[in-house]
Amino acid sequence: MALSAEESGRLAGLLTSHDDQVTQRWTEIVTGSLRGRLSQAELRRQVQELHRAIVTVSEQGDLDLESERAAELRAVLAELSQGRARQGFSATETAVSVFALKEVLLELLDAEQNPTALRDYVAFSSLIDEMGLFTFESFVRTRESLIADQAEQLLELSTPVVKLWEGVVAVPLVGTLDSARAQVVMERLLQTLVDTGSPYAIIDITGVPAVDTQVAQHILKTVVAARLMGADCIISGIRPQIAQTIVALGIEFGDIATKASLADALRHVLRLTGVETSRRASRREA
Amino acid sequence: MTTGLELGQPQAQAIHSDEDVVRVRQLVRTVAVAVKLSLVDQTKLVTAASELARNTLVYGGGGTVEVATVDNGRRRGVRIIFADTGPGIPDLDLALTDGYTTGGGLGLGLSGARRLVDEFDIRTAPDAGTTVTVIKWSR
Repeated sequence: MALSAEESGRLAGLLTSHDDQVTQRWTEIVTGSLRGRLSQAELRRQVQELHRAIVTVSEQGDLDLESERAAELRAVLAELSQGRARQGFSATETAVSVFALKEVLLELLDAEQNPTALRDYVAFSSLIDEMGLFTFESFVRTRESLIADQAEQLLELSTPVVKLWEGVVAVPLVGTLDSARAQVVMERLLQTLVDTGSPYAIIDITGVPAVDTQVAQHILKTVVAARLMGADCIISGIRPQIAQTIVALGIEFGDIATKASLADALRHVLRLTGVETSRRASRREA
Repeated sequence: MTTGLELGQPQAQAIHSDEDVVRVRQLVRTVAVAVKLSLVDQTKLVTAASELARNTLVYGGGGTVEVATVDNGRRRGVRIIFADTGPGIPDLDLALTDGYTTGGGLGLGLSGARRLVDEFDIRTAPDAGTTVTVIKWSR
């Protein structure tokens, strides 16, 4: 809903003639709704900025939030909602900052006793609704980009490859192993095998809540790829309920060594590499 | 098959992406814990749900799942219904054979899921979609 030139002129007049009163009352209402989680000074600054943007655009004739001329107003609204989204405010708390203007305008129009007051209020109201919806949309967009960023960070974070011993690396898998993560895990593991020259890799699935055929297939592929590079893989962290599920599903791990715990897997590798026997031998000598 | 008496409102969830498969797993786990299935049975049911939800997504082209708590008078259980309106399964016996796959998987999803639950019912016809109903009873 756009405002006609006269309407937006009256809006500009109303906002400028009661400049301080408007920002004062507006800030008050917003402060109340946010329960002191933003400083008064910060809120006042935001409200003044919005106030200025609305006045600037409404002084230039008919006001349409979608128009070229309202670009600055949109930018101010977008900045406001981005700030709120990043500071962890809810969508309602963000939109209320805009909707509060309605209450302020109603009080002003009430005091003026103008014959066109009701029609003006309805027109201003629908403009403010539109502004509110715009903040809502910017808010959601910001939140969505935050979530996407976090999902990406999680993908990076959750797949470390750690060196357990000389020649032994381990991948502790945590959470759901979907195709994207499986790909990251495989790449990391194979790269680490090359970088460290390790002949053994332990894939620990203690943190994987359910092993279905897709997860099993991803693990099997990783093991085969590691084998092609000359490394041997051991799967550890197979809990009783996972073991029973794997049997019932009919998944076969073939000749791949599997162990109940990471400690068992490490002991198994150390035995294969002869670390333990050499240690015993040295103790006997001493 | 006996479906048992339904207790409470069944919970529905759409399956249209990989994230939805994760949501189905979480939903099933929550209901399985509420019905007090043992840890092994929880894991089996969640795994079966994961297989069937992925089948609904990959072969059925997406669909819906409905999770409900049921009671047959002696035991409580969890009933899950997966429904899609996809191409259906032309040869059910072949699809239920271990190792048979048309999608590059291990070919154990459908047959494995049948072994993981107590009751398994599948209704399908070419071009009429597929509905799979499974129940896991508490011990």
